[in-house]
Amino acid sequence: MPRLPKGRRMSLISAQHISVAFGAANVLTDVSLAIDQSEIVTLIGPNGSGKSTLLRALLGIVPLASGQVQRAPDLRLGYVPQKLAIDRAMPMTVRRFLSLPQNVRDKDARAALARVGLAGQEGAQMAQLSGGQMQRAMLARALLTDPQILVLDEPTQGLDQQGEAAFYRLIEELRLETGAAVLMVSHDLHVVMAASDRVICLNGHICCQGAPHVVSSAPEYRALFGLGTQGALALYQHAHDHVHDGGHVPAGPAPTTGAKDAFGRSPTDPHYGHNHA
Amino acid sequence: MLDDFLIRAALAGIGLALATGPLGSFVVWRRMAYFGDATSHAAILGVALALALHLPIGIGTLIVALAMAGTVSTLAAKGWAMDTTLGVLAHSALAFGLVAISYVPNVRADLSSYLFGDILAVSRADLAFIWGGAALVLALLIWRWQRLLTATLSEDLAHASGINPSTERLTLTIALAVVVAVALKIVGALLIAAMLIIPAAAARALSRTPESMATIAAFIGAQACLGGLALSLWQDTPAGPSIITIAALIFAASAAFGRAAHK
Repeated sequence: MPRLPKGRRMSLISAQHISVAFGAANVLTDVSLAIDQSEIVTLIGPNGSGKSTLLRALLGIVPLASGQVQRAPDLRLGYVPQKLAIDRAMPMTVRRFLSLPQNVRDKDARAALARVGLAGQEGAQMAQLSGGQMQRAMLARALLTDPQILVLDEPTQGLDQQGEAAFYRLIEELRLETGAAVLMVSHDLHVVMAASDRVICLNGHICCQGAPHVVSSAPEYRALFGLGTQGALALYQHAHDHVHDGGHVPAGPAPTTGAKDAFGRSPTDPHYGHNHA
Repeated sequence: MLDDFLIRAALAGIGLALATGPLGSFVVWRRMAYFGDATSHAAILGVALALALHLPIGIGTLIVALAMAGTVSTLAAKGWAMDTTLGVLAHSALAFGLVAISYVPNVRADLSSYLFGDILAVSRADLAFIWGGAALVLALLIWRWQRLLTATLSEDLAHASGINPSTERLTLTIALAVVVAVALKIVGALLIAAMLIIPAAAARALSRTPESMATIAAFIGAQACLGGLALSLWQDTPAGPSIITIAALIFAASAAFGRAAHK
């Protein structure tokens, strides 16, 4: 992988005009992006739009048909895959898992588990963890590499709504604590919109990107996700106590400061977790 | 001491178990059981090749086992339907081997020793080959242990940590071929896969980490060899199948214990 000369201000990881093909079908066409330090970037897009493939291409898991990926020299990257299917035939404690492939000290393992809310779970078998615990264990493992960037592929898939909100809150706290950038795939649009610095809307190529409120009012975004989502989004960017019918709220310019406050909404909110798309 | 055929047999069995314990654990974790069958059945073809070309049996077996293991793992990487492909390859390799060997004069009488092993006839030279091969496999696995485990757990996690899963697959392929060559003399082509899978499966219920499972599997394999030899002497039964019989009994006991422990 080519490396940029030192001293130049550079992104942690970037892609230049990458394309990925499975057989004859192009999954990604001419995608360019760059992730800078400490920013939270979310990839959104319909099913089959190549979100996971883009992450996997950036990580070197799937080969590129063209273009190139550049990483900052000696980049420390923590990866949390969509799911980890651990065969029951393989005994694996949480503690042992944290030391793969790099051995970590007990003290550090304990601290990482405590940070993700799995304190004292060192001896638990990985195959017996719930979906949410598994995600947290993988996050703890990623944190132990002291990452400059965390890469998460639909990290809340299979979690209930409370678990999902808690997980995103944890990610945002970790970003503040460690200064790590976060690149994640998600289709929980409303949560994403509230928790990201930048959103990239993907459908085989990059349709639009920018700050959440900019993307959400872009025509390309609306063409993909419809106005219903816009309604849901607006709902979370405004106060929650107003009445509306049919889930549609006039879009209007979203308040730029409202986004993060809206993230802390209550799971008891009747519209919590609705996806109007 | 090595003059005693029983001592040699016991040492051969223990040497084999040291390699099949950890390698068999990977076979179980990665669901490669049929893969082991295909490779070990190809060993008979290797015997025919060695006899026809006047090569040492171990070398002929190693070459054919490597070729078979390489073919299978290439096909697997290309996404062939492994269940059917391996079934075809495993049984064809055995059939081709048996047909080929029938052309070599004076072997028919020995055939059962290639199929079921002849641990009681292990010579000093065989012992050196067995321990050398087992040490090689063990060294290979220990050297790459962390990478092998990570790639077995998840190829994606391995990639993201800078580990190439294909390299680790190749490591296991080579180790498997060496073990087949080593085990042929002891348990025979038909039972090599059993020696890989049964001790590891028996160790599963008793282990909490990959390392403990690999160690316990090696220990159980060694016990099965010693117990099988004793059974064979006592009841005058064939040694190879006796070893697998003991391994299977240990597996049954361990499964029952595991079940009881979970209640």
